[in-house]
This record gives sequence, structure tokens and C-alpha cells, in this order.
Amino acid sequence: MSERAVWSVSELSRRLAATLEERFPAIWVEGEVSNFKIYGSGHTYFTLKDEGAQLRCVLFRSRAARIRFQPGDGLHVLAFGAVEVYAQRGEYQLVVELLEPRGLGALQLAFEQLKERLGREGLFEQARKRALPRFPRKIGIVTSPSGAALHDMLRVIGRRFGEIHVVVAPAKVQGEGAAAEVAQGIRELNALGGVDVIIVGRGGGSLEDLWAFNDEMLARTIVASKIPVISAVGHEVDYTIADFVADLRAATPSQAAELVVREKQAVADSVGELRRRLVRAISRRLEAQRDRLESVRERRVLTDPRRPLRDLARRLDEATARLRRAMRATMRHVGHRVELATRDLRAQNPVVRTRHDRRRLDDLAGRLDRALVRSLDRRRHRLVGVAGRLDSLSPLAVLGRGYSLTLGASGEIVRSARQVAVGDEVGVMLHEGSLAARVTARKEHDDRPQV
Amino acid sequence: MTDLKFEDCLARLEQIVAALEAGNLPLEDSLKVFEEGVSLARHCAKYLDEAERRIELLAKDESGATTTKPLTWEEEER
Repeated sequence: MSERAVWSVSELSRRLAATLEERFPAIWVEGEVSNFKIYGSGHTYFTLKDEGAQLRCVLFRSRAARIRFQPGDGLHVLAFGAVEVYAQRGEYQLVVELLEPRGLGALQLAFEQLKERLGREGLFEQARKRALPRFPRKIGIVTSPSGAALHDMLRVIGRRFGEIHVVVAPAKVQGEGAAAEVAQGIRELNALGGVDVIIVGRGGGSLEDLWAFNDEMLARTIVASKIPVISAVGHEVDYTIADFVADLRAATPSQAAELVVREKQAVADSVGELRRRLVRAISRRLEAQRDRLESVRERRVLTDPRRPLRDLARRLDEATARLRRAMRATMRHVGHRVELATRDLRAQNPVVRTRHDRRRLDDLAGRLDRALVRSLDRRRHRLVGVAGRLDSLSPLAVLGRGYSLTLGASGEIVRSARQVAVGDEVGVMLHEGSLAARVTARKEHDDRPQV
Repeated sequence: MTDLKFEDCLARLEQIVAALEAGNLPLEDSLKVFEEGVSLARHCAKYLDEAERRIELLAKDESGATTTKPLTWEEEER
């Protein structure tokens, strides 16, 4: 039996580490990210896995800063790095240097992610964006002083309106540090004062070339600029984050210059046109006023001073006539009413009523008289007849034939001598007149034959 | 007036023209704004005539402060 070769754990680990690290110093590994976690130290730990295996990975802080997209669980990636043994735990891991999303390019993914994030913040909202000055006096341009972009812009500006004031803030427009220089240029032009609009531009290029304009810090600098910013990056088809946050996006630097600088002649023309309209408007206004004045002046009130008086007199006449008519009508009306009232009143008036009553009384009296007369006549006729007959029956009638009546002291007719005493005063009624007599004697019986 | 920006001048001028054309202003006001308009138009024309071509480059001086220096740029004729 040969002698057994025995390794210590540490020694084996060292040998494994040496073998692995030597064998896999720089490799690309493809897999899906899981258990993705960033620690407080800034280091990132995750696991790459496929259907059959898992690989622990670490992304140190210094490397993580260079990853241009945001990795996360479930993302399919390519990781580049070295295999390393972690002897204390008996594990091996991949120390990641680069991470790229599988499928989409890393830059493209980073672009989409930043775009979505800033979009959610509302930085692309049209409402947030400032209006461009129509006639800028001083134009700031942030670009490479040696680039074709500046050349194009200056040519357009010179052709349209040569006398404009341009300030160029030189900046690197691609490669490391380009975004920071462009942002610095924007800040300096803001600080300079008097700049009306800023064009940030460069010519077209690959996505990599334009990458500086997809920088988040630059995007936020554009948003923070007090001066309106036009982005003029690349060509028609290439959009950058700067394009989305800028107040206006021009497809090319030349177009940016055209948008900003109007043609001098057109501006001069519009000033001239405004002046013509101004004069025309005031002339029309004055003409209208003159017309009004004329029409007022032509009115007869102003041409014939007596006119108003005549008018007044006529109005007075008319008014008077109307008044008279009205008064007459009123009086007629009132008169009628008075008449009616008077009639009523008269009917109620005691004098009138007395007169009326008297008339009635007279009437009645008349009728009564006539009735009475008639009645009396009738009666007189009857009376005459009756009286004739009565005469013959009247005791007085016998007096005419020589009879007389003796009346006692109390006027009673004395029918018997026994009714009186001698010495009594008696009256004697004759046919004509009467006598006062004294009884001198009496005889209770005389010698006349008894009937 | 002279410290008004060209743009503001032109905007005010447009406003005045529009107001006059609408014809709603009392006559006195019309005359007043007309005078202002004429003066603005003159100012705008003067601005256009006197505009000065300047192309400058931002630079840092010795103390690190931002300054500007003329940028020489030859325009090629095509």
C-alpha cells in the first residue's frame, strides 16, 4: 500500500484557486440574474443561473458605476470577469468586470430605462417647456469649436441674419467627460447673461458617439437651464435624452439655427408691414372720426340756430293742443259725472224732495178738493132735499107759525108749568129772537081741551 | 424704450396694431398708442440696421473666470 497523499483543506483550496483562476481569468458567461442585491458598501451580489446550474457573482462598486443600465432579477445578461475562489467558505464566484444585457444592447437598454424614468418625472412634458424667443439677439451654442456642427450653424446664421451675436461654449461632444463638458457649457452660458437661447449640438454619429447626450446629469442641467435650450444632436432618426428634455428638438444643427434665426429680410418686412398697418389703422380711425364729425356738423341743429327754438315752439304748441284736448275731454267727462251726480244729489236734496213732495201734495190736494167738491155737491143736493123735508119737521119751523119755546134756567125745554116757579127767570125762543121773562104766575092746568 | 428687447418691441407693436385695427380704443388713446407704435417701429428698424455681427468663444482667463474672445471664422462661399 503506497503512502497516502494527504492535502490540507487550505492547500487544496489554494491549488483549486490557482487552477481555476489561471484557467478562467477573463471569460464571458451568459445567464439569468437572480438574488440581485446591492449592499451598503456599494458592492452588488447576484447569482447567474441557467436550467442546470448557478454561479455566484460579485460586482464591486468601482465596476458597478460603469454599468450603463440597471441590472435586476430575471434579466438575461452577459457577464465578463474572472473566476475567483473564496476559500473561507469553500465557494467560487465570478468577479464581474462588465455586464451587458443579452438581446438589447447595454446602451440601448440604459437609454430606454433612463427615458422611462425621466418621462415618469414629467421632464418631457410639453407644458414644462419654455417658448423660444422669436428674435434672439444673443445665441449661445454649446458644441465642439472644431466640429462640422458649429460650421453649419454659423453658416446658416450668417446667411439669414449676419449681424447676430453668437457665443460659443466649447465642449467635447463625445467620449469620456463629454456630457459633463456640455452641461458645464450650458451653465456658463446661463451665467454669462444676455443669452436669449442656447443650442446644444453635434453632428450625427453612432449610438456610442451620441451617448454623451443620453446622460442623466446633462438632461437635468438642460431642464434646470433658465435659458431655453434647443437640442440639435445627430440626424433625423436619432433621438437622445437631450432631445426629449430640451425645449425644442431640431433634427440637425443647421435646422436648429434656422429655427432660431429668422431671415433678416423677413423680420424687416414684418416690421415694415406692422408700420404700414399701424398708419392705415390710425388713418381709418381718424377718417371715421372725421366722418362722424361731418355728419354731426351737417345736422340742422348746428346749421340753423333758430331750429331748436322752432322745434321747441312746435313741441310746445303740440303739447298745448294735446293738453287742451285732454282738458276738454276730462271736463266733458267730469261734467257728465257731475251731471249724473247732481241728478242723484237733486233726487236726494230735501228741498228738491220737499218740492217734489209738495207737488205730490198739491196734486193730491187738488184731487182731494175735486173729490171733496164733488162729494159736497152730491151731499148738498142730498142735503137740500133732506133739508126741505127736514124743515117741515123742525121744531123750529113751528116757531114760524107763531109757536115759541120756553126754556128753563138751565136751558131745558119747559113742557109743564110745574117745571117752574113764580119768579123764575125763563127764556122764550121765538121764530125770530128770544125773550127773557119772569114767571109771574102759573097755572098747573088751564082750560084747553085735552088732546 | 431702448432697453426694450427687440422681441418685446415687436410684440408690443403687434399688440398696438391689433388694438388700433379693432378700433375699440377712444380716439385719444388711439392717438397715444399710435405714437408709441411709430416709435416702436422706428426702434425695431434701427435695431435691424444697427445689429452687429459678433462671434465669440467662451474661455477662461488666468484666474479661471469665464470670459469671451472673438472667434475667427471664415465663411466659405458656395
